[in-house]
Formats: sequence, structure tokens, C-alpha cells
Amino acid sequence: MSEQVITHSDIKFQEYFLNMGPQHPATHGVLRLILTLDGEEVVGIEPDLGYIHRGIEKMCEYDTYRQIIHLTDRFDYLSSHMNNEAVCLAVEKALEVEVTDRIKVIRTMMDELTRIASHLLWWGVMGMDVGALTTFMYAFRDREMINEIMEKTTGARLTMSYNIPGGVMFDLHKDFQKDVKNLIAHMRKVLPEYDRLLTGNVIFQRRMKGIGTLSKEDAVNYGATGPVARASGISCDTRKHEPYSAYNRVKFNEVIETAGDNLARYQVRMQEMYESLDILEQLVDNIPEGDYQVAMRNLIKLPKGEFYQSVETARGEFGVFIVSDGKKNPYRVHFRSPGFNNLNALLKAGLGGKIADLVATMSTFDFVIPDIDR
Amino acid sequence: MILTQNIFEYWTQNTEGWLYVLVLALIAALYLTFFAVAGLLLVLMERRVAGFFQLRLGPNRVGPGGSLQTIADALKLVSKEIFMPKFADKLLYKAGYYFVIIASLLGLSVIPFSAHFQAFDINVGIFFITAVSSVGVLGILIGAWGSRNKYSLIGAMRSGLQMISYELSAGFAVITIVLLAGTLQMSEIVEAQRDTWFIIKGHIPALIAFMIFMISGTAESNRVPFDLVEAEAELGAGFHTEYSGMGFAYFFLAEFENMFIIAALAVTLFFGGWLAPFGITDALPGQVFWGLFWFFLKVLIVIFVFMWFRWTFPRLRIDQLLVLEWKYLLPIGLVNIVLAALIVWQGWLFEPLKWLGL
Amino acid sequence: MSYFKKIFKAIHTLFQGMSVTGNYFFPNALTRKHVITCQYPEEPPVIFERFKGEVVMWHNENNEHRCTGCQACEIACPNGSIEIIWKWEINPETGRKKKAIDQHIYHLSMCTMCSLCIQACPTNAIMWSTNFHHATYDRGLLTKVLNKPGSKLMEGVEE
Repeated sequence: MSEQVITHSDIKFQEYFLNMGPQHPATHGVLRLILTLDGEEVVGIEPDLGYIHRGIEKMCEYDTYRQIIHLTDRFDYLSSHMNNEAVCLAVEKALEVEVTDRIKVIRTMMDELTRIASHLLWWGVMGMDVGALTTFMYAFRDREMINEIMEKTTGARLTMSYNIPGGVMFDLHKDFQKDVKNLIAHMRKVLPEYDRLLTGNVIFQRRMKGIGTLSKEDAVNYGATGPVARASGISCDTRKHEPYSAYNRVKFNEVIETAGDNLARYQVRMQEMYESLDILEQLVDNIPEGDYQVAMRNLIKLPKGEFYQSVETARGEFGVFIVSDGKKNPYRVHFRSPGFNNLNALLKAGLGGKIADLVATMSTFDFVIPDIDR
Repeated sequence: MILTQNIFEYWTQNTEGWLYVLVLALIAALYLTFFAVAGLLLVLMERRVAGFFQLRLGPNRVGPGGSLQTIADALKLVSKEIFMPKFADKLLYKAGYYFVIIASLLGLSVIPFSAHFQAFDINVGIFFITAVSSVGVLGILIGAWGSRNKYSLIGAMRSGLQMISYELSAGFAVITIVLLAGTLQMSEIVEAQRDTWFIIKGHIPALIAFMIFMISGTAESNRVPFDLVEAEAELGAGFHTEYSGMGFAYFFLAEFENMFIIAALAVTLFFGGWLAPFGITDALPGQVFWGLFWFFLKVLIVIFVFMWFRWTFPRLRIDQLLVLEWKYLLPIGLVNIVLAALIVWQGWLFEPLKWLGL
Repeated sequence: MSYFKKIFKAIHTLFQGMSVTGNYFFPNALTRKHVITCQYPEEPPVIFERFKGEVVMWHNENNEHRCTGCQACEIACPNGSIEIIWKWEINPETGRKKKAIDQHIYHLSMCTMCSLCIQACPTNAIMWSTNFHHATYDRGLLTKVLNKPGSKLMEGVEE
């Protein structure tokens, strides 16, 4: 019996493909990632889009400016209010309409409520992605309070279509201020509890720290925005750099971390919730009196030209680019959605880890698939 | 009812030939029934407990307080189409769940539920459980290999890694107690704790062994934070992705049964098995019943702790899982055995009742 | 020594997490204190007055509505959920023809609840109802005729 020594070169290694999605619990929708795996290590990621393509940009060319707004709800449905606002601000900018202070403050407050709701959902789902299933219900309990505020004022919980060119659709509900104050107090109580449950947990820390690192250069190169870019040390908050609505009259910090890993992205979002609460606290007692709608023509016609407006949604910079030829419909509308560019950055950040790391990284990138694929 | 040494000996003492086989089949049927009922109840308990942890109620519609929910689920699973992937290896695919179930059923057979209420009281009981519980992973491996799915395969490979690693530290934790008890026979391990439970008698080494046993027990029963085998956010459903109907139900039941065995083992080794705390019910009639009562009460408490883990912690990554085992649990377990041996040798046991002269 | 420190810190954080979930479990198990789910059929859900359930047309007790058939809502609707079939109605006194609605058809299955029709309506004829029981076994049932049969225009709306 001859002794056979097996060396590394005798063993054949084979990389194999794994379809992650379109139906996969971690892709939160119909994103399909074609992974190249070496054992469990991810050596290649190729996204495949188009499973939820609805051609919204084309649909916009056949709609009037008022009708576009309800379509923008359907991009990033978790920040629908901000998406609406971008279109409204672009139209108002084109027509040079100045809205009242009340409208500005209402819009800002709704933005921040939406942002908190979106981050809460992210927190719950992120816990589920790393295996802590209970976070989901805790986050939804608190998100429910925001949804109720929304429902009282706008009549809808998710796709609100609350903004219209020249104002908002309804006035604030009479309970609004009371509810928001309740929410602020409640959130300040539960956010430290979240930290005790998940952030401090040693397993969670191990799963997050140093995983999915996105360097500052890569974040710039791939056009990442929002919490993803801010976790890599880039100051890119549209609310700070090009203030719209009432953001120039409130004090808040732009949360920036430098590590660029999963934990940094996590911390940025957690801190942003505190900042949003600060903004709400500053505005809730100072809602100015005035009209909630500025008189505008029923059929809006934009002057000839190109108009761009960007807002900061919960996921990053959302931009609307309208080319108008003076008719009631836009000639061309382009939406710059944050998720699409962030997905590019994922292809860089997700490489080199295990499958579990990729799942954790994806959940800190916080994708909403209809936002990527419109 | 007077039982002699155990069920097996009591029922087979005067039987011969085919009657003997019949009695064995009866015992098997009894244990299979227990297996199914305990599985269903544990699933129900898990769902109710999960509900309360997650600010919901859990199943509360079918039957009084939702008590028939899992029976309804089981009926649904029985009536489902049994699906097999086209390119699956038919033999391995079907053999998978039998391995898993038989392994956990074998483990069940030597656990003393009460005084003499035990199918077989073999003199290497604890060794037997440790041995057969590692057969279960074979079922997971061949089932996943047979179903020809990459997700299943990744799950199965993780399962193999996990099992090989955590068997070791679970074994060391068991050895610590065997040192204190001086026997491998389950009934005698319980009997040795009649004055003081081992977790108290063995103080520091027993506590450390208990913690190691709980951690490696969760890992062996594939539960959060060690449920990498299923890891629904990563692998869909892991090794049982391609199973439907009863095939899936067998895996599911076996998982809960394994949890039950781990909890029963923890109770037997550390908390005095079916013995009442301080012997408070020893004078009462119906010793078999009281034994069962205390045993199941303790087991349910330990299972609740497992559930508490599950609904609180995030999941580890596969390499962190191995780091935890080989860098932390195993060295600590080894040192712990030496410590336990020293304590047994020198007689430094913590026995407050004996000191008080009780 | 940092080896043991790490272990104790890790165990501490784990127990911290367990204390959070435990703080919810025990009150829930005993008194259902923190349970947030709504037991739907027994417990009616909270519906706020502005909730956008479906578009309805307001009728008074004489079976009269306020819709003049101006089709503003049909034009405002982004996805054609509203169709108005109108007819010429002859005023018996003056003999002049007047536009009136025959059927105000509303496709609930297509509606995105954007409120544009209600904003566009010059006579406040249509409004939101808070009804949310929309589930049916037949898609055709989701196409509704909003004006009741035999209803007519209320006096004085057109001024």
C-alpha cells in the first residue's frame, strides 16, 4: 500500500454560481443577484434587474404634472412623501411659485416622520436578516404610531400622495401636534432599548464590524448617496447642502461616520433617527399659520426648459429632472433614484465576504427594489 | 403500578418468542406516540412563546386558546403533495428524514422520565445518547445532498461542521458530570443527586459545564443563534429547501425533538432529573406521577430558555461559530474537566444539606 | 486576562438583550399588557375619518346627487379609473337639452387613491368613504357605478 500525499494542487476547486433571488428572503423584493461562490465566499456579484420594471418614466410623459406625483409614490414606497416633494418642488421652481411657510413646515415634518418610519422598518428587517426575529415586531410597533399620524392627516399609510404642486392636499389633522409630541417622547424611550437589544449584542457587533467595507473613493466613484455614503465619510446630505422646504431654519447635524463598514452604516441610521426627532421637536410647536395650498392653475403647464430638483430621502439623494417643451405633459422625465447607485456600491462592498456577510451588507444598504428598478 | 427496573424489563420479564417482539413493538409505538405528541406541543409552545416575545398573541383561533393549531398544521402537511426535485437522488432524498427521526427517537429511549419510567436503562446511557445524537447529522447531510440544491448543500455542509465541532464540547460538559456521578447509567446519575443537584454540588465546574452544555446544546439542535443550517435569510430554508409535506414535517419534528432531548439531558445531568427539589413530594403517593411532573416542569423551563435565546439573539456566521467552539468552549471545557477531577478527588463538594445534618 | 474580560463582556451583552425581550414576555404572558396586534373580526380596527377607502358619491334622502357630469374627475384621474357615461337630458319646461350623467363608473381595482378626482370636482359630488372591505371573489364586482339608479341632480348645484 503506497502512501498517497494529497497536496493542495491535487484537489480541484470549482467556483459555482448561485442565484440569489428573485425570490429570496434577503433581497426584500425581486432583486436577483447572480453570485459566484468559492465555497461560501462570494467572489462575484452580478445584479439582474427588470423583475419589477413598470416604465414609470415613460408613463410620466403621458401624464400631467399633477398626475406624475402619485407615480413617484411607487419608487421608494418607504419615503413616498419625499419623492412626491421632489416633483412638487421642481414644478414650483419652474413656475417660480413661492409656497407659504406653513406648507414648508408641514412638508419638512412629514419628511422627517417618513424618514423615521423608513429607518424603523429598516431596523426591524435588518434584525431579521441577521437572525434576530424579534426586532421586526418592536420596530413595527413604533412605526405604527407614525403610520397613524400619517393616516390621520393624509388618509393613507404608505403611498400618501400628500404633496401637490403648490402645497399639500389637506390641512393638518387637529391631533397632529399632540401625536407628534407623543411620538417624540416614545421614540426617545425606545431607541436606547433598541441599542440594548441589538446594537450592543456581541454577536451583532461581530457580524457588523469590519464587514462590507466601502471606501470613501469607491463610494464617490459609484455615486453612492445617503446613509451609505455618509458612513464612508462623505458629506452628501441634500438637506444641508441645498436646503429645501424648511430645512434652512432648523438646526441638525449631518451624521457622518468614517469606517464605511456595516456597523458605520447602522450607526448613521440610528443617529439619523435622533436627528430627525430633533428636527421634529424644533418644528412641532412652531407650525406657522397660513394657507396649506397656494392657488395654482388646474392644468399646469411648465415653461420650456430643463428643471432639476433633488431631495434627501431615507436612502439618499432623489432627483427629478424634467424637460419641458411647454405643453401640459413633460417632454421627458428622469428620476435619479438613490437605490440604483447604491446597488453599484454593493457590488464593491459585498465582495470577499461569506454569504452571511453579503446578506448583512445588503440589509445595511437598505434597498427598496422598486426604487432600483423603476 | 409497580415498575421494576424499567419499562423494557417489566414488560418482557415473562414473555418469549413472538410475544416478546410484540411487546417491543408496543414500547416502540408508545415512544412514537410520545414523539409526535411532544413535537406538536413543543411547536405550539414555541409559537405562543414567540408571540408573547414579539408583542403578539400567537395562534389563538383553532381550538380553545389555539391549542389545536399544530394538529391542524400537521393535517395540512399530511395532505400536501409530496414533491421531489427531478434530478434528486431518490434513495438519499427519502432516507434523509428517517435518519433524523430515528436518531432522535433512539436518544429518547434512554432518558429517565420518572422513577423506572424509562424504556431501556443501559449502563452506558449517557454515552449512548451522545453517540446516537450525532447520527442525526447524517440524515441532514444525505437529505441535502440527495435533493441536489445548492442552498441545501451549503446548509448541510454548515451542519456537518457545526455538529463535529460542538459534539466535542457537549461531550466534555457531560464528562464533567460523569466525573461527579461516577457512573454512565442515566438512572444512577439521577439517583446520585438525591441529596443535592449536581449544579449545586459541583459548584464552579458544574456551572461552567452547564453553560457550555447549553451553548453546545443549542448548536446541536440547530437553533438560533446557531441555526446556520436553515438560516432563512441566507439560504431560504437550508437543508430542507426541497422537502414538502411530511418530509418537511419530519425534519421539523426532529428539530423540536432534539431540543427536547437536549433539555431532558440538561435536566438529568444538572437539575436532578425527576427528583423533586428538596424532596418536597417524596412522602406523597403516586411517585411515578410526581416524578413525571417534576421532570417535565424542569424540561419545559430549560426549553423556555432555549426559546428565549432564539427570539432574542442574532445568528452567528459560520467562521465565528467555529471560533467560539475551538477558541473558547473547547479550552474552557478541557480546563473544567481537570478542575472537576480535582474537586472530586479532594472531595470539595458543595453540600449544604449534608453539612446541616439533614 | 483580556480573554476572560471579552468572555464576561460578551455574556453581559447577551443577558442585556435577554432582559429586553424578557421584560416584554412576562407581562405579555400574564396580562397581555404589551400585545399590540388587533384581533380583527372581534376587535374593529381604528379607522380615521380621512382614510381613503374608496370613492363614493354622496346622495341625499331624495336620491339626489351633486354630480353635473362635467368630467373633471375623469380628466384628473391619472390611470382612467373613472369613466363617465353621460346623456342629454331634455328639460320639459324649456325644451333645452342639458348634459347629465347616466353612469359614473369607478374602477376600484385600478384606483391608486391619489385623491386627484376629489380635488378636481367643482361641486363636491364625490368623496372618500372609509370602507375597507373590498375583498371579493369576482374582479367584476370592483367596477362600481357610483350614482344610484334613478338618482338625479340636486337642485341649485349648477349655479
